[in-house]
Amino acid sequence: MAGHPRQGAAGQPSAKPTAVLLYIFRRLLNVVVMLLVVATITFGIFFLVPWLQHTDPVLRYVGKNANPVAIAGIKVKLGLDKPIYEQFWLYLKGLVAGRSYSNGPDTTWCPAPCMGISTQTQTPVWGQLTGDFPVTAWLAAGAATIWLVFGVGTGVLSALRKRSVIDRAAMVTALAGVSLPVYFTGLVASALFIYNLGWLPESNPNVSLGSDPGAWLQNMLLPWITLAFLFAATYARLTRATMLDVLGEDYIRTARAKGLGEGTVIGKHAMRATMTPILTVFGMDLGGLLGGAILTENVFNLHGLGYDALNGITKNDLPMIMGVTLFAAFFIVMANLIVDLFYAVVDPRVRLA
Amino acid sequence: MTAPIETTGSVAEAPPEAVLAGASSKQIEGRSLGRIAWERLKRDKVALGGGVVVILLLLVGVLAPVLCALVGQDPATFHTDLLDASLGIGTPKGSFGGMSGTHLLGIDPTYGRDIFSRIVYGAQISLIVAFGAAALAVVIGVLLGMAAGFFGGWVDSFLSRTMDVLLAFPQLLFSIALVSVVPTKLFGLSGSGPRILVLIFVIGFFGWPYIGRIVRGQTLSLREREFVEAARSLGAGQLHIMIKELLPNLVAPILVYTTLMIPTNILNEAALSFLGVGVQPPTPSWGQMLSDSVQYYTVDPAYMAIPGLAIFITVLSFNLFGDGLRDALDPKGN
Repeated sequence: MAGHPRQGAAGQPSAKPTAVLLYIFRRLLNVVVMLLVVATITFGIFFLVPWLQHTDPVLRYVGKNANPVAIAGIKVKLGLDKPIYEQFWLYLKGLVAGRSYSNGPDTTWCPAPCMGISTQTQTPVWGQLTGDFPVTAWLAAGAATIWLVFGVGTGVLSALRKRSVIDRAAMVTALAGVSLPVYFTGLVASALFIYNLGWLPESNPNVSLGSDPGAWLQNMLLPWITLAFLFAATYARLTRATMLDVLGEDYIRTARAKGLGEGTVIGKHAMRATMTPILTVFGMDLGGLLGGAILTENVFNLHGLGYDALNGITKNDLPMIMGVTLFAAFFIVMANLIVDLFYAVVDPRVRLA
Repeated sequence: MTAPIETTGSVAEAPPEAVLAGASSKQIEGRSLGRIAWERLKRDKVALGGGVVVILLLLVGVLAPVLCALVGQDPATFHTDLLDASLGIGTPKGSFGGMSGTHLLGIDPTYGRDIFSRIVYGAQISLIVAFGAAALAVVIGVLLGMAAGFFGGWVDSFLSRTMDVLLAFPQLLFSIALVSVVPTKLFGLSGSGPRILVLIFVIGFFGWPYIGRIVRGQTLSLREREFVEAARSLGAGQLHIMIKELLPNLVAPILVYTTLMIPTNILNEAALSFLGVGVQPPTPSWGQMLSDSVQYYTVDPAYMAIPGLAIFITVLSFNLFGDGLRDALDPKGN
């Protein structure tokens, strides 16, 4: 497993700062390589598609009935007349340094990281992604806060009151929670709270935190809760299982035998060990969500990255699909890196290899 | 870690403990891990309940045409006479979406098709895709995971990096994109056949790295064990060691993981159908029915509840069974 923590010999002296820096540098290099591979595969697949479908990619920009001279001009401007390896090279160069699309005097500058021009809006994909990213980021951040508090809280409570009524009720709910997809709970929640009870207004994708905080909060409430419910269920199960494992460890017995209060034993000794695997999973989940919560955004009509992706797919906007894929892969890879660095910090046994 | 499964003869034939403790004490019997697991599973009523529902669902999927013939319905006939046109969009007459003796789960709005048969055929699609994708993921995952763990070196580096890259892909997004560009005719198949194949491929392809990692890790620790060394010193070839020595010890984790992968696959298939890239109408699927129900939920909430509950019950029973199986096969359990 690439870069996953390997356990070194116990009692090894702590790593020198240069070793840490070297480790971080190597992991960053790994991130770049991973993203390069993702970009290559995505580019390959999505440039193979028009070829398989026997369509000229330029038609996605101009429509079939445009005049041939105009089509040829746009083709030159977007570089679609060049051989595929050159197009790929220009794509990669654009990602790092930006690129200009030009046909004689007609020039469009696409600043780095340039992910191409959207066929729908005829503007750089990057601008659109950064414009819609806050929606996804707020969705993920709000939901993450809720599920961490409730999921971990419930899991700890369940573990401490093992086999009690609370534990059983919590675990039944959690099991139901992991079996309920967002596209069902979300629809039911909208039907109930928006249409039947009328407690919340119909969702409006054009409201932002800046323009109308009150309406924005009402807009985000159901998506947050729905998404958080799914994850909280997983986290409650994971926390309970981990906590029970930890409570069976010798050092917990030792801590109790030393006469430490139960609060200190649980709060300091047990929680620390319990939280390590949970934060690992949390990093991955958050990284995954930041690249677009396609289902949640679709159900609640939020215009974030997931919406962009889906919209790109239905409108055959290949640069957009590639852009979101790369954007999402970036978050997943970075989340991996951060989780590994976190491990190296909290667990001194991890060898920086 | 999984202990080697011992399937050889029981100790009961010559019980020294029984001799020591006197003839009156109970005989001690050597039990295989499989048998211990089965006995644990039998005591776990919740898991058994899940298992029973799973079997029922499989029967429903296999016997879909028979079940529909029994109730005298099919998923495609329009019963427009049972629709109430007063709202402009035909809504089913009667309560709960038109549930009655003839239409057990009612009929769908606008078309008036029998929901029971659509759910039953939807189960078929869902299970075919989920099991097919799981099979694909297990075959690739076990082969490559074992290869990575067993051979180590550059093979391991290459395969592990491949898994990392696949896990870095935004899978749902990529699946939607891939499914939507594949042509509707494939390998001489038409109708929903090509789409089902593509769904199996996409879901299975993104599923194998998960099982691959688990198998790799297990293989890595197993290959250093004494019994492997013993086999090697007796002159066993690498293939023999992998198939005869390692694979039997990987059965338990593979079985558990496969059982828990199926509900995930069902959710993925339903998600793709919900987003409109699953099997295409008029072939019914649960996700498609759910997304269809959105436009009617103020007038016909039952239409939303039924496919949703079908997904929920299926996924839940697979999860219950899988959890029970995991606990039963856990050597640390009691």
